[in-house]
Amino acid sequence: MENAFNKNSVGLVKPNSIDLKNKLDLDCGKTLDGFKLVYETYGKLNKSKDNAVLICHALSGDHHAAGYHNKNDKKPGWWDSCIGPGKPFDTNKFYIVSLNNIGGCKGSSGPNTINTKTGKEYGPEFPIVTVKDWVNSQKFLADYLDIDKWACVIGGSLGGMQALQWAISYPSKIKNSIIIAAAAKLSAQNIAFNEVARQAIITDPDFHDGHYNNFGVVPKRGLSIARMLGHITYLSDDSMRQKFGRDLREGKLHFGYDVDFQVESYLRYQAQAFVERFDANTYLLMTKALDYFDPASEFNGNLESAFEKTNAKFLVVSFTSDWRFSSSKSHEIVKSLIKARKNVSYAEIEANQGHDAFLMPIPDYLGVLKNFMKNIEVGD
Amino acid sequence: MDRKDFQIISKWIKTNSSVLDLGCGDSTLLDFLIKNKKISGYGFEKNIDEVQESLKKNINVIQLDFNKGLVEYFSENFFDYAIMTQALQENKNPDKILLEMLRIAKEGIVTFPNMGFWKNRFQLGLLGRMPISKSLPNNWFDTPNIHLCTFNDFEELCRNLDISILDKKVLNNKYASNFLLKIFPNLFGEIALYRFKKD
Repeated sequence: MENAFNKNSVGLVKPNSIDLKNKLDLDCGKTLDGFKLVYETYGKLNKSKDNAVLICHALSGDHHAAGYHNKNDKKPGWWDSCIGPGKPFDTNKFYIVSLNNIGGCKGSSGPNTINTKTGKEYGPEFPIVTVKDWVNSQKFLADYLDIDKWACVIGGSLGGMQALQWAISYPSKIKNSIIIAAAAKLSAQNIAFNEVARQAIITDPDFHDGHYNNFGVVPKRGLSIARMLGHITYLSDDSMRQKFGRDLREGKLHFGYDVDFQVESYLRYQAQAFVERFDANTYLLMTKALDYFDPASEFNGNLESAFEKTNAKFLVVSFTSDWRFSSSKSHEIVKSLIKARKNVSYAEIEANQGHDAFLMPIPDYLGVLKNFMKNIEVGD
Repeated sequence: MDRKDFQIISKWIKTNSSVLDLGCGDSTLLDFLIKNKKISGYGFEKNIDEVQESLKKNINVIQLDFNKGLVEYFSENFFDYAIMTQALQENKNPDKILLEMLRIAKEGIVTFPNMGFWKNRFQLGLLGRMPISKSLPNNWFDTPNIHLCTFNDFEELCRNLDISILDKKVLNNKYASNFLLKIFPNLFGEIALYRFKKD
């Protein structure tokens, strides 16, 4: 592989795309007769096929987790700090698979792809999918890639929920599960944030009940407000103070409603960039998947019972300043795993970056991941 | 494994039992017990560097300050043994910790330094200074040991709490035993190991 970047990068990578013919029965009662998945792989599948690792993305993530698509790319994939030769998810040892989930907007079947039955774009008609549906779709991808059992399934935030669900849904198909900055279910406060984000999108006059593409518009205002709100909740008070303080953009107050403070400018910039790369219907769907996640609900609300049949070894990680997915949420998972007498380790990383910390190269955090991954034994 | 205290603990523990190590450090003890006694269990440790060392050993380690309570983590008699080595004296409420250990486990095992060791008595009694020794290496102002006691103090606390002592071993700072330790443990012993249960 060409590698002009640096020795720890997976270098240039290309996404793959597969039209799976499997029928996917969804939690909502609908069925997808086949679906497309876009994915990337890093490293090589070994002969014993026991070194495969699945990376699950969060709300706004996609399949491009590491390396570069183009020499001129300014930024690598979203989890490049963790994936590569010698990194915690070591591509010299593991075969790493990262996909865009269905319902996403980066090539896998979702609101902005064509429904083969109607020949039209799905738009808002794309069914609402759940974490469990995603895990089922990922199982079909594993079958297609001839992976019988994952050495590890890993994710942060919404991705961590998938890593958790894998252990419950397919106990014999996963050896290790790493659940980072996640929760076994969202709190009311967390659902409330998602609802505000949805309302911002849905009430945008350009939303047109989700059919905005038919009108040649995008609910930009709604989507950017949703992103701004989300962004604030992913940072901590501390990290915002450090990053922006009360710094003024132009050194003086304007006594108007345009940008005065740096933080406003930053939020507007982030929102603008997000609107250009993300789809509003996908945003709505992803927030619903978050809200609906509650694996214990199938076990009379008892998380310990949900874990009873799992065989995976677990690593749970949280961050001290994360208030959107606070450490107490991780404790719930850890407590239930211990009560079910499962193998579990837990680290609460000192970090002031809030929820976003799970994407940052924090030495203690990378160390925990690395030390855990080193003990995963793989064949030749 | 040349740590005599760990060998003693290992002898006290039944094969295939479940163990919780409170303040497990780098999990050397848990690792030893897994290899020698096929135990299962967890280590609680608040220091991230120790957590990293534990993870390297493939131990189930939970980063948590157990002083904040274990009640919500474990039901009664969840473990066969709750162990705390060289950490009892660092707790805010050693008495409550002992009772909590015996709530979540059938038996408890603790090790701690002896404030009644003759050198400590000498430093305090004759020199009038807070003792500093191999088993108590810190100054009075930076020591984590906020609740030091002698073996006799500990045994009296156990009596008051209706805890019965099942086993007791006294060692010097090299974790070895000798003749004097056996006759005058509270004077010549530097470190003690106790195994105990609720009456």
